[in-house]
Amino acid sequence: MTGQDNNAERRENAAPAIELRGISKAFGPVQANKDISISVQPGTIHGIIGENGAGKSTLMSILYGFYKADAGQIFIHGEETLIPDSQAAIRAGIGMVFQHFKLVENFSVLENVVLGVEEGEMIRPSLAKARKHLKELADEYELHVDPDAKIEDLGVGMQQRTEILKALYRQADILILDEPTGVLTPAEADHLFRILNGLKEQGKTIILITHKLREIMEITDTVSVMRRGEMTATVKTAETSPEQLAELMVGRKVLLEVDKKPAEPKEPVLEVENLRMVDEFGVERVKGISFNVHAGEILGIAGVSGNGQAELLKILGGIANGTGQIKVNGQELDLTGKHSDGRSRRERGISHVPEDRQHLGLIMDFAAWENLAFGYHHEPEFQKNKLFMNIPGMIKDAEDKMESFDVRPPNAHLEAKSFSGGNQQKIVLAREITRNPDLLLVGQPTRGVDIGAIEFIHKQIIALRDEGKAILLVSVELDEILSLSDRIAVMFDGHIMGERMPEETNETELGLLMAGVTDTDEGEAA
Amino acid sequence: MDLLSILQIFDSAVRLATPLLFACLAGLFSERAGIFDIGLEGKILISAFFSAGVAVLTGSIWLGLIAGLAGSVLFSAMHGLASITFRGNQLISGVALNFLASGLTVLIGEAWFGLGGRSPGLKNAERFLPIELPFAESLSGVPIFGPIYKELISGHTLLVYVALLAVPLSWFVLYRTRFGLRLRAVGENPAAVDTAGISVIKLRYAAMLIAGILCGLAGIYLATGLGAGFGKEMSAGRGYIALAALIFAKWRPWYALGATMLFGLLEAVANRYQNIDLGGFIVPVQFMQALPYIMTVIILAGIVGAAIPPRAGGQPYVKER
Repeated sequence: MTGQDNNAERRENAAPAIELRGISKAFGPVQANKDISISVQPGTIHGIIGENGAGKSTLMSILYGFYKADAGQIFIHGEETLIPDSQAAIRAGIGMVFQHFKLVENFSVLENVVLGVEEGEMIRPSLAKARKHLKELADEYELHVDPDAKIEDLGVGMQQRTEILKALYRQADILILDEPTGVLTPAEADHLFRILNGLKEQGKTIILITHKLREIMEITDTVSVMRRGEMTATVKTAETSPEQLAELMVGRKVLLEVDKKPAEPKEPVLEVENLRMVDEFGVERVKGISFNVHAGEILGIAGVSGNGQAELLKILGGIANGTGQIKVNGQELDLTGKHSDGRSRRERGISHVPEDRQHLGLIMDFAAWENLAFGYHHEPEFQKNKLFMNIPGMIKDAEDKMESFDVRPPNAHLEAKSFSGGNQQKIVLAREITRNPDLLLVGQPTRGVDIGAIEFIHKQIIALRDEGKAILLVSVELDEILSLSDRIAVMFDGHIMGERMPEETNETELGLLMAGVTDTDEGEAA
Repeated sequence: MDLLSILQIFDSAVRLATPLLFACLAGLFSERAGIFDIGLEGKILISAFFSAGVAVLTGSIWLGLIAGLAGSVLFSAMHGLASITFRGNQLISGVALNFLASGLTVLIGEAWFGLGGRSPGLKNAERFLPIELPFAESLSGVPIFGPIYKELISGHTLLVYVALLAVPLSWFVLYRTRFGLRLRAVGENPAAVDTAGISVIKLRYAAMLIAGILCGLAGIYLATGLGAGFGKEMSAGRGYIALAALIFAKWRPWYALGATMLFGLLEAVANRYQNIDLGGFIVPVQFMQALPYIMTVIILAGIVGAAIPPRAGGQPYVKER
């Protein structure tokens, strides 16, 4: 592009604050961003919505100079801009508030703000200047933070304000916020939105990355939907609806045909009563939920990831502590004491196929036969005598399990990391299902699993149900929930929004529940 | 115990504390930048050797000084290469450098001098000599202050005064300059520094350079100021004691002065009083000599209370989204 073109574009008032053209980025074989084009007008709030792993964060990291795009161009206010590093992004007027804050914990707010934009070799003049400027910014945008407070003494809401102040102090006129409300309480989130609206009125351009439909509807002017690395649509928020966005976000996929008989639910196996959980940051993740799972039944928990499902599974599996009451086969479970660990859970007939199989389900550097015994390695059949384990027996057992679960390649000596995602999942399933549990907890059973293995895994889960076991299935894949479950509960923001029968509902209705929209909400809106 | 003996013990403590102080400040800069530096010991040793060796060969203490600094900075650079550029394990890199220094000094020393790893004794021109401060003699008659000035303050080598000046200077650099702010930030949260558009790698190498120079001065003082020649393994664990002092000092320059002075004092007392008679019970000399090391163990065991190390210490920085 020539300089003249540049000037011509700059003179146009309507030049978008940010324009991306044909951005692509691959990590090895994974195409994180595929030919993405997007244009954001100055002085607007633009939402980017999509499920986890849809490529939103990758796209924003490219914009902030963390990654180099394989292809594509970036235009800032109509001018093509190269962003090889964060410094260039800052120079271009881009400020970023990361999901995980980039603050120095034992520095004051003031020191964090000036870090990297000090004036001169000595810091005191910079600090004095920043103190004055911060006060102006605070008054202008309702962004009050004690400049001398240490970051480690501040709550997440205040830390986030510090991040916004950092960006504003660097004279950012384009502000990107990555999942900003993930760690905030509702009141803090409301305050954040007031701040963002204030910034917009001052002419700042804001990009809000989120997976929460309600936030998009509440605050954005335009919204782009991402799915599997592609930008599937960009629409004006006023002209769309949560239903449409839910559809775009979840995607219309052909339902996988699952062959199953009607369920024959018997007595309740799992009874959960008013379960709550507060995470390490003091944020309540599970907010008093109650449900039952009966023998011979699959209860599917639907929801956008990050709404408390992961925590629910962890409490049940004995990985996290919670409060409330859980009964299994009529006997209460220990939720915080010394019998609240995974082994005690297994002894109570609960098997757990965790969401994050690479961290919680397997040890990636260990052989398949070792992974197939973990958690049950103390069982008598794996013991040779009091001192030694029966290793040939364990290998033989592993080979049998790998054969019946069709793990490929069927080599028990191969390290877990050498198997594909689907086969890793089969190893975990084989270990847990063959223990003949009364209750099986399954999280995201087919995440990162190829189509062939999905079918096999679904069949195994249904076979276990037909044996009269209780199954709790957590998945973000709506079609998986719809095709496997005998009953569906939808979780949003730590609550169960409602229960539906799969034959009486559809993706749109569930999508709305997943976004926290209930019928009463719509009544209020109208 | 009269004033003079007390002054002499403190005088000796200052001299013995000097190499510890240099090494401690060296560790402070590198650990504040997030690089564990267990190789202080090796850097002291290599610079002690090269400073004494080159001073003997050239007859010039100043060339010795340059050689000592070069040796230490080179070792620091190797540590940087392993732990910053190649993101290796910092403890292993440091230990490797310690072994390398231990073997290399004896090997080259034997090749150069054939004295079993020792260097010949240094002549006066090849050493840092005590500096008599002005008026030390004329003021010696003044009660209290006179002897303190003459015995304690005056009569040290240049490097002792440099070490003492390095304390306020380090404090100033760390807490008053832009470089110091960034250095402290990179040891706490390199991602914050990176997203602010500052190079984590350059900052950490800068810290390693400073650590190399300070540690070099520790070794140079040991061989050419405190002693008069290089002796095999003459660092004698001072690098590790400096690390203990660093923890004791909670990674702060002024505290580092206090901590190293304490260790210096313990060593001075052990040197002066062979067997201490405590009302019939005789504290054996071996115990006194072991005291600095025992203190090290106690301090490292966390008796001094929770010392919070720089949060990113020991972790190579890998960019993530």
